[in-house]
Amino acid sequence: MSILVFIDHADGHFKKTTYEALSYGAALAKQTGTQAEAVLLGTVSEDAASLGKYGIQKVHQVNQEALNAFDPQTYIRIIAGIAQAIQATVIVFSHNSSGKAIAPGLSARLKAGLVTGAIALPDTSQGFLVKKNVFSGKAFAIVSIKTPVRIISLNPNAYPVVAGEGSAEVVQEALAPEAAKVKLKSVVRASGEIPLTEAEIVVSGGRGMKGPENWGPIEELAKLLHAATACSRPVADAGWRPHGEHVGQTGVAIAPNLYIAVGISGAIQHLAGVNRSKVIVVINKDPEAPFFKAADYGIAGDAFEVLPKLIGAVKKLRGLA
Amino acid sequence: MKILVCISKTPDTTAKIAFTDNNRKFAADGVQWIINPYDEWYALVRAIELKEKDPSAVIHLITVGTADADPIIRKALALGGDEALRVNADGQDSFFIASQIAAVAKDGGYDLIFTGKETIDYNGSSVGGMIAALLDLPYISLAAKFDLAGNSATIVREVEGGEETEEVSLPLVVSCQKGMAEQRIPNMKGIMGARTKPLKVLDPQPVEALTEIVSFELPPTKKGVKMIPAENAEELIRLLHEEAKLM
Repeated sequence: MSILVFIDHADGHFKKTTYEALSYGAALAKQTGTQAEAVLLGTVSEDAASLGKYGIQKVHQVNQEALNAFDPQTYIRIIAGIAQAIQATVIVFSHNSSGKAIAPGLSARLKAGLVTGAIALPDTSQGFLVKKNVFSGKAFAIVSIKTPVRIISLNPNAYPVVAGEGSAEVVQEALAPEAAKVKLKSVVRASGEIPLTEAEIVVSGGRGMKGPENWGPIEELAKLLHAATACSRPVADAGWRPHGEHVGQTGVAIAPNLYIAVGISGAIQHLAGVNRSKVIVVINKDPEAPFFKAADYGIAGDAFEVLPKLIGAVKKLRGLA
Repeated sequence: MKILVCISKTPDTTAKIAFTDNNRKFAADGVQWIINPYDEWYALVRAIELKEKDPSAVIHLITVGTADADPIIRKALALGGDEALRVNADGQDSFFIASQIAAVAKDGGYDLIFTGKETIDYNGSSVGGMIAALLDLPYISLAAKFDLAGNSATIVREVEGGEETEEVSLPLVVSCQKGMAEQRIPNMKGIMGARTKPLKVLDPQPVEALTEIVSFELPPTKKGVKMIPAENAEELIRLLHEEAKLM
């Protein structure tokens, strides 16, 4: 009996969401009186044993470079094998591009009930109840998983990273190779940029920014705050910003610690994508903008006057000016 | 080429979200229903675009739902698609829905199965991956671009902070998101034509759901906004730093 956590990595490094998933798995193991283990597929330049400090005992690694090219079918086959070998009762993923590709297939293969987008530890006092986001952030559902093996994918920024002391035992797993059906041709990653769904702070611009040429202050503020940049749907539709930056009901849903919305009026579809943010700041020229009702802090003013003041204040705070 | 597009019925994006029956049921009274936007704008429209390039292609739509899903299916047929299938059952959970679709698709000879990347009500992002596993087909999730050359698909999928380009042979299952296609509005000819397109109702397979929603909760309401005068905007940074402890 144990909890099995999937270790997600890219370019040889563990993703930040992996530390969240490991911390979550370790806490769940403690809660249910079992131990947490993890599975690592592919090669990394970081020390897998060091993941023990997030509370896991063992890392099962298949150390093959071919696995760095992500093939969901192969991943599902391997993880299913390891999960069965260690009699995992709960398998934990991050609810990101990897988790979304693997967890559903694993669920169908193992007939293990799946809850995606979990935002808290399960209630295991009676059955197995997981809280998740539904209606695009407008509500929560408590979902009962009725099968003996359960799969959870954890929303990014929903569970804190808990690091302590310790080292994990790394067990190398042998694996019969099988040709992947999906060929990875290329990967393009915006270097140095913080992925939107993982960012703790997000600075976002809307139509009030008037044109793509005016994004300088948003980018500068984001850089100073180590934040990701985002935008509203009209901005993405107009081609002012790449559509990967579109947050909202039909774009990306995010839950950062701080969301700063500049020149966004706050349509209900936009709110759906951002209302899980812990603190929301709204800057808008129109004091009647509906977004203020959903905000924690607001400034009714011209973005082009307000942003330089904020940039100056952050620089001062950081000792840069 | 045969394409199966999975369609789900969801509340309109502006629908008020409330619950009844001791918070166990979505309050559906007065709610406008729409085709799940990811299913419509990206999965269905991309399938229609593929058919426009290759008129020999056949598009089937499938939904798992009771008769009240019929208007949504007709609307989808008005956009395009040759016939629709409705598995006559309440969609209990993702696994139940995926199992029903997989059972229909198993002997359907489909080259492509498209889903939206998730539904905007349950946000599961699960049905496509489950169908693929049940049929032992490759699954590409979160596709933002899809191109076909003969039997080989080149797909761009969005990943955190970037994108991956993958090449895979048909048949396969793809979950679709923004970038795949441009939104369309049904025209009069499509609406008239949709009335006479076949809509077959199928009996469900006996499948046990793996999960069950026990209750719903609404998020706590905000305490109210603290306004900061624009001429004193610097104060915001102090508050974020000292009060919200975020910097």
